[in-house]
Amino acid sequence: MSTGTNHTETKSTDEFIKGLWNENPVFVQVLGMCPVLAVSNTAENALAMGLATAFVLLMSNTLVSLLRNFIPKEVRIASFILIIATFVTITDYAIQAISVDLHKSLGAFISLIVVNCLILSRAEAFASKNTLGKSMMDALGMGLGFLFALFCLGAVREILGNGTFFGLALFPDTFQEWIVMILPAGGFFTLALWLLIFNLIKQRKEATA
Amino acid sequence: MNQESLGQIFINACLVNNFVLAYFLGICPFLGVSGKLGTATKMGGAVMFVMLISSMCAYGIHALLVAVDAEFLQLISYIVVIASTVQLVEMFIKKMSPTLFKALGIFLPLITTNCAILGLALFQTNKGYDFIQSIVYALGAGAGFTLALVLIAGFREQLEYAEVPKVIRGTILTLVIAGILSLTFMGFSGLGTQ
Repeated sequence: MSTGTNHTETKSTDEFIKGLWNENPVFVQVLGMCPVLAVSNTAENALAMGLATAFVLLMSNTLVSLLRNFIPKEVRIASFILIIATFVTITDYAIQAISVDLHKSLGAFISLIVVNCLILSRAEAFASKNTLGKSMMDALGMGLGFLFALFCLGAVREILGNGTFFGLALFPDTFQEWIVMILPAGGFFTLALWLLIFNLIKQRKEATA
Repeated sequence: MNQESLGQIFINACLVNNFVLAYFLGICPFLGVSGKLGTATKMGGAVMFVMLISSMCAYGIHALLVAVDAEFLQLISYIVVIASTVQLVEMFIKKMSPTLFKALGIFLPLITTNCAILGLALFQTNKGYDFIQSIVYALGAGAGFTLALVLIAGFREQLEYAEVPKVIRGTILTLVIAGILSLTFMGFSGLGTQ
């Protein structure tokens, strides 16, 4: 799970930066894998899912941080989940109102944002212990980091599996699509590839340091 | 109302549309507790039990919510039911087998946030299964989850002894195995329909 360290001494800009790279929720903490793999078959789906998750994360972190002194310790997890579920319901209906097609292609995975371990772990490990400003920055950083990771996966899978990027054809007609990339197996392979790249960068940094 | 036969539902949920390998549900425990074969089997059992109970509850809740015309509460009530079921299972395991309780660790309460269980409740509602069909669907999904978890755990136990470059050990290796398994499970796609 996430690091339970106390960040009271750090500046709020640091909270924002750390989610993007050093503690990237997907590539470093390996949290919230299910939607990452499931809806990253096209760049557009990945972007929409990332935005929806970031929104829910921001709203729930804000509310949890505001209520952190009122929620009894014994029922905190249940309260967090209720707060998250409320915002997910709002997001679900909002997406349905904006674009029915998008809602269809994301399917049940919008509702499943509720059980994204990333959101619950930020509420538990960060927002319930920190001030409003910091919690919001943390949520923004983590949300954008999540969006970035999803987009990385979605772009690779769409380009290789479909030969397109945001629906625009990139290659001449002779391009043979790698069908496997848009299938479930491709999700696992692409994520493994990105994790490998991240690990290699980290290793090189440690070697030079 | 859905007209699929019970056997078809079971095969579909267990093999063709395996929750882990085709729908990517329940990846967190899948990566987390798949290190040892024994733990994986018991985790599978616990998940299957929670699935069965929450699927039955979800059926009742859905009927109730439709009756009072408050379907927007669906998500919130499902998650509450699942959370309480998990709490129950947790207390039960703690009492019956403290060693197992320790081995499952943080992943036991995290069954609440296992998307496979909430996913199951949502899918069965979307597909319009009746009560018996829901139970069979839950059993199939649970069996499929256990199968995937046990297969991966078996591979990982063997790979402990293999010489693997340090940089891809752990999550990356597990993901690659999962990808290959997922390809293998595509071979079942002729067995059933979507």
